[in-house]
Amino acid sequence: MRREGGFFTDLDWLVVFIYFILVALGWFNIFASVYDPVANQSILDMTLNSGRQLIFIGVALVPILVILLLDFRIYESFAPLFYGLMILLLAGVLIFGKEVNGAKAWFEVGAFRFQPAEFTKMATALILARFVSGTGVKLTDLSSQLKALLIIGLPIGLIMLQPDFGSVIIFSSLIIPMYREGFPSIYLILALIVSVLFVLTLLVPQNYILIGIGAVTVIAATMQLKKPKRIIPIALIAIGVTGFVLATDFLLNEVVAEYQRKRVEAIFRPELVDPMNEGWNLEQSKIAIGSGGFTGKGFLEGTQTKFGYVPEQSTDFIFSTLAEEHGWLGSAVVIILFITLVMRLVFIAERQKSKFARFYGYSVAAIIFFHFTINIAMTIGLFPVVGIPLPFFSYGGSSLWSFTIMLFVLLKIDMHRAQVLSRH
Amino acid sequence: MLENRRYIIQGLFILIGVVFLVKLFALQVVDKTYQMKAERNIVHTIVEYPFRGLMYDRNEKLIVYNEPIYDIMVVPRDVHVADTAEFCRLFDITKEDFLANMKKARAYSPVKPSAFLKKLSHQKYAEIQDNLYQFNGFYANPRTVRRYTKPILANEVGYIGEVSPRDLELDTTNYYKSGDYKGLTGLEQYYEKELRGERGVSRKVVNVNGIEKGNFKNGELDTASTPGKNLITTIDLELQAYAEKLMAGSRGSVVAIDPKTGEILVMVSAPSYDPNLLSGKNFGKYFQQIKNDTTAPLFNRAIQAKYPPGSIFKTVQALIALDEGVIDAYEPIKVTLGRLGDHAPAGMYDVARGIEHSSNNYFWEVMRRTVNQGVGNSIFTDTPIGLEKWTAAVKRFGFGSPLGIDIKGEVGGTVPDVNMYNRMHGERRWAYPTIYSLSIGQGELEVTPLQVANLAAIIANKGYYITPHLVKAIEENGVQKPLQFEKHYTGKGDEYYPAIIDGMVRAVKRTAGRALIPDIPIAGKTGTAENGKKDETLDHSVFMAFAPADDPKIAIAVYTENAGWGGGASGVTASLIIEKYLRGYIKETWAKREDYILNKKYLIGLQQEN
Repeated sequence: MRREGGFFTDLDWLVVFIYFILVALGWFNIFASVYDPVANQSILDMTLNSGRQLIFIGVALVPILVILLLDFRIYESFAPLFYGLMILLLAGVLIFGKEVNGAKAWFEVGAFRFQPAEFTKMATALILARFVSGTGVKLTDLSSQLKALLIIGLPIGLIMLQPDFGSVIIFSSLIIPMYREGFPSIYLILALIVSVLFVLTLLVPQNYILIGIGAVTVIAATMQLKKPKRIIPIALIAIGVTGFVLATDFLLNEVVAEYQRKRVEAIFRPELVDPMNEGWNLEQSKIAIGSGGFTGKGFLEGTQTKFGYVPEQSTDFIFSTLAEEHGWLGSAVVIILFITLVMRLVFIAERQKSKFARFYGYSVAAIIFFHFTINIAMTIGLFPVVGIPLPFFSYGGSSLWSFTIMLFVLLKIDMHRAQVLSRH
Repeated sequence: MLENRRYIIQGLFILIGVVFLVKLFALQVVDKTYQMKAERNIVHTIVEYPFRGLMYDRNEKLIVYNEPIYDIMVVPRDVHVADTAEFCRLFDITKEDFLANMKKARAYSPVKPSAFLKKLSHQKYAEIQDNLYQFNGFYANPRTVRRYTKPILANEVGYIGEVSPRDLELDTTNYYKSGDYKGLTGLEQYYEKELRGERGVSRKVVNVNGIEKGNFKNGELDTASTPGKNLITTIDLELQAYAEKLMAGSRGSVVAIDPKTGEILVMVSAPSYDPNLLSGKNFGKYFQQIKNDTTAPLFNRAIQAKYPPGSIFKTVQALIALDEGVIDAYEPIKVTLGRLGDHAPAGMYDVARGIEHSSNNYFWEVMRRTVNQGVGNSIFTDTPIGLEKWTAAVKRFGFGSPLGIDIKGEVGGTVPDVNMYNRMHGERRWAYPTIYSLSIGQGELEVTPLQVANLAAIIANKGYYITPHLVKAIEENGVQKPLQFEKHYTGKGDEYYPAIIDGMVRAVKRTAGRALIPDIPIAGKTGTAENGKKDETLDHSVFMAFAPADDPKIAIAVYTENAGWGGGASGVTASLIIEKYLRGYIKETWAKREDYILNKKYLIGLQQEN
């Protein structure tokens, strides 16, 4: 049964509008980032990333149409199949994948490359949504929590093997929909403490932190003297925290690759990093963005991004092109567009009648939000450099298509939210 | 209650958005350092060094020019050398050099060019030019060094060198940058502003690999380089070369002036050095060598050496006395011997005969009359009054202070005055008998060869000189702009000069026979400057002359150290230079005079004679 107004009124046109605006802005900025003022090139030039991106955009219209035509129910039904397929592909890419920049993350077929991790995010979001909406599942229960974490953990494990730390971080965004569905806050608070400790271990000599932990433990224990039972958990927490601090140091120095450690240090201890080498990307990105000023240098007038000073110009560092050429105003427009988009997605998620749809809606918002946050934080030096594209903006088919599909599946489900209600 | 969690999530979204907007505002709008860094990143400032001005002689023969040399530059990031051995062979360096230079360049910057090998000669560059393209990351940067058409005129032309940190500090116009060259001595220094030209600057936008991508701001800030102006010197290059040849192996100096204009035709300080040595890549090595040379080749004797003038100063004594009216040019004065040792016999002397015979006792009397005019009550009060007039008059002849030649380092010499003797002997404790050695150009008098040549010019001009100078015009864009020089009068009139000139013409005939050129009348005066040493070494030979006596075209002073009396070495040297200048060549019949100088025949028998 259909509501009155039909197809064109049910579709959330605000999201569609923002989607196309972002894709178009991305396309122009990809051109700006590869434009060479000496050569007289066209934005349509197929030898340029901008020309190819236009093809990717065109091709993206196909899944949009297909999604809008297919039954909205298949996503819930086929979620396990989709998830299973992606797990297989993630396993397969470790064996048959092509190594690019030290990571086995890509399948290569002819001229086309395909990154299964991009689509796994959506598959994981779908199956998690299905799991959470299932009867008897309560995210406040430990068993449900463990099952949920297993669902997320499987692809994470496989992606770690590539390795692609950027994607791993993105998977952690699924905490947000889980939190919305009742996942206890204490985990988030713990995660926050862990993050703070992590930053502290980088900024403050280890001894001071350990002394601090000791002091806090003693104070906490003293306050609980009347309830001796609580002293044991406090001691355990203290041991755990101490272990984490020691482990961070050990991990950074012994396990994590040198270049990754340097990238982390570039954020928190820039004085240790040589701007001509490890610090190059970040320094140049900041120079490009910082030199944009209030209104920017103008379209195709950027110099830092144009002349190769900023690496990964059209992909991960696309934001620096935008910020250099369009200044703070241009950056603000894009940031507001993204924030509006994720706010709208939360609004859409909240108007869903089914838990599955709501969970999926939050997942889409969270995944896009994490991509956006980490990508921009990385270009302005608030987060270590990790290879994460800016949704809809960055050059690349896999990225664009996976975000497009993820977004339009939500829009398709949203179109039928009334039907879901009638089914229950 | 879980619904409320949406607000926490949405709050997080908005928080992040605000954090980004604030951070970007700080980065893009508040913090201006990134704008500067961006410009520094992309703008490659290319300094176009102008051609330094050339120097020509008075006949527009080239003296100093620029020779291209090449710095081999390297951009370490672009370097791809397939065969290091081949590279080293081509550039004639060792593998260790190669690695060391690469390391240095990389330490400077992996992406910016720096000098890999400096100052390759044109010939060397021609050898490697065709192969340079094989080695990615290397390219040649042409520059120039100073070259000299003849290995002469070292101290006059001077040399250029890298500006010192102190120069940079003192340079209020901010013209110089570290590594720039500027004139350090001689004309190179004095005319630095004219010679250096205007540096051009072009700002190119470069990509991360240093590849040019066009002009910064469409070239609005670029300036073209302007070549330096050329100097048209007063030097006669051929004559200079000849004079240096004559002076080779001796110590001393020659200064020849065109009396009518004050233009210096010849300026020799011997020994000297080949100016080519202080140009190009061996500057450091040769500079130390030349500087440590005990014969002091960097010492420009023509303007820096102070000698007692000796007998040539008798001309000045006569002119002052005549000007003061204490003698008459043709007044016969009875001269007896005994006041001073004398080669001239006793008898009746007038000015011309006094100069002809260089009579010491005659000039004893001449100066006595100048300083003791009977104004004071006693000789102790009279002499200072007279000496004051005398000192002032001597200074008008250009002695006692630098003449103001257009190279630095000129000294003024010494003209004693009342104060000096008061200090030496006490007030009223000295009189003419104390200071009479001045009458024959000895005593406290000190003059430079340039001042003596200038004296010859004064006599030739009958009473004036034009500030002697080495550059007569500055050439810019093919147009010569003559320089103006001051004319200085030395006395009240010119009526006394014929007697002096007559005496000098007769003196050459009598006492400097070897300097005689039958068909060129030379007015000259020999002198012997005491070398100040009490040992057996010979005094300095001094000769001052101008010619032709009736229409002077060249005035000259020659000092030959430790060569005995003036008529010998210096006289003949002067006559050869005069003949060469006026005739253009040395007549064969007198060619043996060259041999006399070049082979130092003048030294034969001198020890016994004195």
